[in-house]
Amino acid sequence: MTQPIKFLEPRAAVLSGRDRIISDLKDILAEDCLVHEPRELVPFETDAFVSYRRLPLAVALPKTTEEVAAVLKYCHRYGIPVVPRGAGTSLSGGAIPQEDAVVIGLSKMSAILELDFYNRTARVQAGVTNLSISDAAGAEGFFYAPDPSSQLACTIGGNVGMNSGGAHCLKYGVTTNNLLGVKMVLVDGTVLELGGKHLDAAGYDLLALVCGSEGQLGIVTEATVRLIAKPEGARPVLFGFETSEEAGSCVADIIGAGIIPVAIEFMDKPAIEICEAFAKAGYPLDVGALLIVEVEGSEAEMDAMLADIVAIAKKHGVKTVRECQSAMEAAAIWKGRKSAFGATGRIADYICMDGTVPLSQLSYVLKKTSEITDRLGLRVANVFHAGDGNMHPLILFNANDPEDAARAEEAGNEILKLCVDAGGCLTGEHGVGIEKRDLMRHQYAEADLAQQMAVRAAFDEGWLMNPSKVFPLEGRG
Amino acid sequence: MLTPYAETQVADIIRDHTTRKTPLKIIGGNTRSGFGNAVEADETLSSRAMSGIIAYNPAEMVMTVKAGTPLATVEAALAENRQMMAFEPMDHRPIMGTTGEPTIGGVFAANVSGPRRYVAGAARDSLLGIRFVNGKAEVIKAGGRVMKNVTGLDLSKLLAGSHGTLGFLTEVTFRVLPKPPAEKTVVVCGLDDEAATRIMAAAMAMSVEVSGAAHLPESVRSHFIAGALPEGPATILRLEGLGASVEARAAKLLFVMDRVGPWALLEGEESAVLWRQVRNVAPYAGQDAKPLWKVSVAPSEGHRLVAALRMEAGIDAFYDWQGGLIWMQMEADPEAELLRGAIRALGGGHATLMRATDAVRATVPAFEPRPAAEAILSARIREKLDPAGIFNPGKMGRAV
Repeated sequence: MTQPIKFLEPRAAVLSGRDRIISDLKDILAEDCLVHEPRELVPFETDAFVSYRRLPLAVALPKTTEEVAAVLKYCHRYGIPVVPRGAGTSLSGGAIPQEDAVVIGLSKMSAILELDFYNRTARVQAGVTNLSISDAAGAEGFFYAPDPSSQLACTIGGNVGMNSGGAHCLKYGVTTNNLLGVKMVLVDGTVLELGGKHLDAAGYDLLALVCGSEGQLGIVTEATVRLIAKPEGARPVLFGFETSEEAGSCVADIIGAGIIPVAIEFMDKPAIEICEAFAKAGYPLDVGALLIVEVEGSEAEMDAMLADIVAIAKKHGVKTVRECQSAMEAAAIWKGRKSAFGATGRIADYICMDGTVPLSQLSYVLKKTSEITDRLGLRVANVFHAGDGNMHPLILFNANDPEDAARAEEAGNEILKLCVDAGGCLTGEHGVGIEKRDLMRHQYAEADLAQQMAVRAAFDEGWLMNPSKVFPLEGRG
Repeated sequence: MLTPYAETQVADIIRDHTTRKTPLKIIGGNTRSGFGNAVEADETLSSRAMSGIIAYNPAEMVMTVKAGTPLATVEAALAENRQMMAFEPMDHRPIMGTTGEPTIGGVFAANVSGPRRYVAGAARDSLLGIRFVNGKAEVIKAGGRVMKNVTGLDLSKLLAGSHGTLGFLTEVTFRVLPKPPAEKTVVVCGLDDEAATRIMAAAMAMSVEVSGAAHLPESVRSHFIAGALPEGPATILRLEGLGASVEARAAKLLFVMDRVGPWALLEGEESAVLWRQVRNVAPYAGQDAKPLWKVSVAPSEGHRLVAALRMEAGIDAFYDWQGGLIWMQMEADPEAELLRGAIRALGGGHATLMRATDAVRATVPAFEPRPAAEAILSARIREKLDPAGIFNPGKMGRAV
């Protein structure tokens, strides 16, 4: 049986110095920028990986980079762990605090500082939500491409920390491909600026290292991101297939034919049923798998591309083809998919896996996934980004039944190992957090991990930044 | 020159040099030797004997190759399957006056890209995973072979552009894309640098997916497509994709450009040759004595930088990346301080000395010197990968 995930033992000296630390933080921050009453700390005890929770020592909500620097400098001097937090939407526990940690939340730094349409960049504070950038740039015909499902709530700071993806990254790439620069604070309070409106790093590509580092290298307070001209139009088409295998080989053929749609989303039968019951999107219920393929461009371009795609789908025995004639129909097609996590949450507790596999392994991994969940007596629904092999099996369980919860965690671990063994990786876009931390040795050899930790140490020798995450607790050296 | 053919041999050589603390010059095909400052090393370690495609399944759009594989081999295999490297790596031989075969390892070690970089990313954006040998002679794997992977720190991208100073690449895995079957280039004639920059930005704001935006002032015009570009400065905008789509987007773009000035339309091979020449910096090829800079700034500032420098030095320049990449050839003196000061004054960016005499390269930092905090951090990172400092010492400056 799977053991509960461990956190680092709280530092006794920090716990015993709690009152002093809070009083010192009061000197650094305004009254409305510090949370320390246990009852008020509760909202910060976990994130979207709700199976684990820890009350932090205090929560700092700074308003400026200078305040972030002051808090970090203080914590560094006294050896107090720090856990950065955006909107707390992490699915891997990346923002879950620990008892001896000061959480630094970026919610009060939510200004869009500059929209530069000439250079197609936006400079924003880290607490800005993902969607608000596209909202602000939309009137001028631009958008910010990475679109995680939580984009209404999640922050750019969190996106940079996790190198977030989304449904449309098949064409536009993930956060690291759309990030031009950051202002960040290192563990000792040093403020560092990397990149800007220009392209490429002048020296080592530290920006690439920071993006996806899960708050372990510093705290990002500002980001400069790329804006892209909105396409003239976008149109999804929905395909229903008898089996997942047919859907899988259709995906491979679309890509093989040299067509790169903006998105190819896959849902299996359980996912279709759950989403349809919730969103009433009109999904066919007599199929075993469903693909949503979206293309962009002018009307003529989309017509031509969709004709090719439909022809390929027909070769794979597609049962249902639903092309849409209006924006309303298009929205309905997406509505089901986008509500997948919420709809699942209504019928059961679930954990969402995030392994990526090579496209050629999709069918095999799907089959093995259901074998694993069947064996453990669990239900699984698959919703994922098929174009890039990023799988999202949702394992359903009952959180009030500890044995069921433990089985779900066990199934999740087995599925992730399956993804790695099929030539893939543990996490495509959600991050390692605490959730996949203890599986890192399955993907990386000891020397590989040691090298990553050594580079980490160049930023934070003393393991103060989000220290319970990403790297297995044993053998940290 | 040491040319191991297996990773274990690489590790043996590096172990030996680390123990003796004797530096190594790290190269692939050595066609990009003009990068950086002089390397202080008696021995050279090359990846050129480590060659071959390890895995390539076109339907997965991913390729894994040994680092010493000639770029030509990779490009031929991709072309056979109508695919390409989206970042369009430039060939440095013409401007650096080098010979030999570029390797795929060299492409990633120098993070080489071309005109499509500003929409499709640099080499590092296509890089999915690597194997390398670090300065402790350990074989390290980073990243993987899938398109989306956030498992741990992204050491692959860190090594991209580190010019062999952090490790010796033995294997690279990268994403490839379908090669667009059609391309057209709209040439807008007669614009000065400032107007051209404005027009390029306007074109990029349209929903037509411009995949190349460069401005070729009158002084360089004759170097492209055998002098066949129309009279005057040429602002060139490339469209790529499926035939019907390119057709439709070209019509839409021309509808707007028609109001800007006279224009011409290039297609097929002529368009492809033009962009290959932009990519390879054709105007400044074969002029070994003149210092050449590659400057990256915000697109809106490129023409301002050139205008400011023209007042004080003999320079010639043309623009890529919507005006944000400036290839700048100096008449005589490299004017490093003047140039770098002007970049700072215009909001930041960086200048890399791509070509200069040995005497110049002995005194001018080839890579833009980093602010203190970043330099300290970079030096610390280097120490974690190459504790004895044996890889290409001096190449990226003395700080790292």
